[in-house]
Amino acid sequence: MITLSVPARLPARRYLAGAIVAAWVLGHALLAGRDTLALGGAELTPLHEGVNEAWDTVDDNRNSNPFFLYFVNYIRLILDESVKFVQALISQPSFGRPVPVLGWLGVVALAAAVTYIFGNIRVALLTVAGFVSFGLLGLWAESMDTLALTLTAVAYSLAVGIPLGVWAGLSGRFNRFVTPVLDFMQTMPTFVYLAPLTLFFLIGPASATIATMIYAIPPAIRITAHAIREVSPVTLEASSSLGATSAQSLRHVRLPLARRTIVVGVNQTIMAALSMATIAALIDAPGLGKTVLKALQTLDIGAAFNAGLAIVIMAVVLDRATTAASHRVETQRRTGRLRSVFFRRVEVAVALGIAAVLGYLSYTYVWAAEFPAGANIGSYVRRAADAASVWVQDSLSGFTDALKNVITYGLLNPFESLLAGSPWWLVFAVGVGMAALVGGTRAAIIAAAGLAALIGLGLWQDSMVTLAATLVATILVMALGVATGVWIGRSDRADAVLRPVLDAGQTMPAFVYLVPILGLFGPTRFTAIIAAVVFAAPVAIKLVAEGIRGVPPATVEAARSAGSSSWQLITKVQLPMARGAVALAANQGLIYVLSMVVVGGLVGAGALGYDVVAGFSQHQLRGKGLAAGLAIVVLGIVLDRARVRPRPERTDSG
Amino acid sequence: MKDQPVLDVRGLWKVFGPKPERAVGSTLSRQELKERTGCVAAVRDVSFTVRPGEVFVVMGLSGSGKSTLVRCLTRLVEPTAGEILFDGADIRQADERRLRELRRHRLAMVFQHFGLLPHRCVLDNVAYGLEIRGSARPERYKRAREVLELVGLTGFENSYPDQLSGGMQQRVGLARALAVDPDLLLFDEPFSALDPLIRREMQNEIIRLHHEVGKTMVFITHDLSEALKLGDRILIMRDGALVQMGTPDEVVGAPADDYVRDFVSDVPRSHVLTLRWIMREALPDEPLDGPELAPDLVIREAVHTVLSADRPVRVVREGELLGVVTSAEILEMIAR
Ligand SMILES: Nc1ncnc2c1ncn2[C@@H]1O[C@H](COP(=O)(O)OP(=O)(O)OP(=O)(O)O)[C@@H](O)[C@H]1O
Ligand SMILES: [Mg+2]
Repeated sequence: MITLSVPARLPARRYLAGAIVAAWVLGHALLAGRDTLALGGAELTPLHEGVNEAWDTVDDNRNSNPFFLYFVNYIRLILDESVKFVQALISQPSFGRPVPVLGWLGVVALAAAVTYIFGNIRVALLTVAGFVSFGLLGLWAESMDTLALTLTAVAYSLAVGIPLGVWAGLSGRFNRFVTPVLDFMQTMPTFVYLAPLTLFFLIGPASATIATMIYAIPPAIRITAHAIREVSPVTLEASSSLGATSAQSLRHVRLPLARRTIVVGVNQTIMAALSMATIAALIDAPGLGKTVLKALQTLDIGAAFNAGLAIVIMAVVLDRATTAASHRVETQRRTGRLRSVFFRRVEVAVALGIAAVLGYLSYTYVWAAEFPAGANIGSYVRRAADAASVWVQDSLSGFTDALKNVITYGLLNPFESLLAGSPWWLVFAVGVGMAALVGGTRAAIIAAAGLAALIGLGLWQDSMVTLAATLVATILVMALGVATGVWIGRSDRADAVLRPVLDAGQTMPAFVYLVPILGLFGPTRFTAIIAAVVFAAPVAIKLVAEGIRGVPPATVEAARSAGSSSWQLITKVQLPMARGAVALAANQGLIYVLSMVVVGGLVGAGALGYDVVAGFSQHQLRGKGLAAGLAIVVLGIVLDRARVRPRPERTDSG
Repeated sequence: MKDQPVLDVRGLWKVFGPKPERAVGSTLSRQELKERTGCVAAVRDVSFTVRPGEVFVVMGLSGSGKSTLVRCLTRLVEPTAGEILFDGADIRQADERRLRELRRHRLAMVFQHFGLLPHRCVLDNVAYGLEIRGSARPERYKRAREVLELVGLTGFENSYPDQLSGGMQQRVGLARALAVDPDLLLFDEPFSALDPLIRREMQNEIIRLHHEVGKTMVFITHDLSEALKLGDRILIMRDGALVQMGTPDEVVGAPADDYVRDFVSDVPRSHVLTLRWIMREALPDEPLDGPELAPDLVIREAVHTVLSADRPVRVVREGELLGVVTSAEILEMIAR
């Protein structure tokens, strides 16, 4: 990204940048290993100890300090109880019974009825198939736990997000106030909210719900605000010309016209919530995420794959169901309403009736309450995945090792030793110099402040290691993004084939990307990098493709008629004209990569990601973990050059 | 007395931009004003009256401030200065509640792009104005059906706007405005989005409705032939200011300046002007026993009589001889 933004018109800057890099390499050769500010895994700085003490103080006063007693603890209680309540309904033994209120049959029937009523028969069948497969995989209770957490967080997110979105849609001033806040919430790697939340809300469902809400509310607010704002001014004017109050216009004009778009927002909110609800396993959130996490920590590929598969299925079902609901909103008024209201009522009553009957059965009979153990194919899936992983690692090792070695020795090691192996002051000077060159004084100040903060946090070297991995992954993302993006941007066929894959890729929770890649490459820092590339590639590819498609056809035609070859056309016309999109892709790619590189701490990536994870599990490391989370945020801000751009809203994948 | 005006607008200004009050009263041209102050004077010092039962047309080129003017009348756009007396009371002084009452009961507007609610069927669209003023469902549906019949849309009550043609959608817009039984109907270029045939049909519809319900109307258009066809009186705007106001034949027969002259140059004058415009004093030796015609007769309709008479046609009002017309005047008019 840094090199990309160098304006091509100023060759002098290029030479200057080259000189800086040369000085850096030279300095590294002379001074390698000196002043690197290394800090061992269990070592702490006074700051970390101070945080530990402060944390202990908070723990001691949790039940006496009025702020906690009358505010924080209440929120915690409400959220904990909400999640527990939904769990009691569908996933955990409750009310003195050995099983939840609704057994598997009841849940499947209810889910099918709801998706049928709001969607159509096809997604209802898909829902049945998906839910039954949770049972077949042997993960019924875990899946329902994840669903309970997701749905609770979604309910609260929408309850907060839609009204705020309406407000932001109506009031330009409020909109200007929330936009940067939302930008910040969305650029922060998901990982880093977790530690500070546990400080206030302890480890458990409450923290998990809040973390999930932080991630899931922004799309709800943004899309609702957008929908409300985009309502045709002509219609609004007609309404007020008839003497409608603003409340009447909101109710009769804005909300109905915004409805379809708001449902798209609901879809995004649900997908974001599911993604975060699985990651929240790190702070002990119940559900599939925990199964994946445990499997990742014990390198049990089979179990991780099995649970990952269940997460993917849940993502697909939730996505399809909400997409169908938004299509229904669209078609409803054309065809649906022409059909009689009576017919619709009968339909709804029948669907709910069947669900009620099956729900009653599942409340009463054990066979309908507990998923039949005989139908569990989870162990086969696990073994098959294990076998496949072993086979792949054995037989593709020539290829995967080559890839691993090229990237490790060609890119990763040089970057890492330059960044983490040089004296800190050298890297500091280089970083500030580069920022000044690329972004001017403002960027230089941000870089200086950020790098100084990393030193202050006592995590300089870990930050540099993470930075190296992030940069390498970003370079790979951009190579992939530009190549594939240009292809998709130029070929309708490639677009038709690849776009659904990319859309699907974007709806998958971040966690599940780790699993197959761990199966391929085993637990190394390289695995984290590849997972980050896979995670960030879809967004980069789509942005580049959009940029290429945005080049006016007349310009392309003119270049063609001037006799440009395809290669010339791409390099001299399309890519330069799509420069803005490419820069944005790099920016977004970086943010995605950073958030994934940290998750890679779970599978051997070490550095900041590891510090954060260790902070969750080891009492005396939690201060350091919190500092590592902050260091990640600082890195994100510096890399984003504090020029926070809105993350493009994920497009409706239907 | 009958001629108490429905609407009396005095010295109306609307200025867009920073500190708009400063620009009020300025004599700079729009361009200069924009450069000096950054303000756009969309309406500048416009005064006119609208009489009961009249169709009052405002016309001008695009950007001349017509839409802004008509929106000022119901304060969809807040005027910067001036008075708008509606039945003697100043609309600008009305508070929020009173303004809402006026909009709900006394004024209604029809828009160029219809502004229908796409998620409601035709019946609910037409009943919308009644709904927001709180009338009960059976009552408002009854009224909505009545006006739908009036505009010829019976049978489409349950259709949705996007299932109707543009002309039909505008009939819905019209019905919605009529449903609240307003004293004054405002039209902002209601037919410019329609194709010419439909437009003509809708114009005739307006003429018919005007005969049937006799509402006072303020009608905005940029189409001169529409203005001449519908208007009892016409106000011509340019760059926000009034350049001429008068009956159709006054505008065509005596354009106030080159702008208006340009505007009316393509109009077949014999279709608009009346005998009054071409009659002359009888010469002393002329025979005065020819046929008799009224001064308000449009020339086109007098052509046959005048050309086939072998002596001058007398223009007479209430038994008083105003002048005479001969083939010479007719031919000169047509040849021009
Ligand atoms: N909300 C606004 N803010 C600033 N300027 C405006 C605004 N609305 C209108 N104007 C300006 O006021 C002037 C008059 O606009 P108006 O829409 O009234 O013209 P019009 O005669 O209705 O034109 P048209 O035939 O194109 O509808 C134009 O120069 C326009 O740019
Ligand atoms: Mg207009």
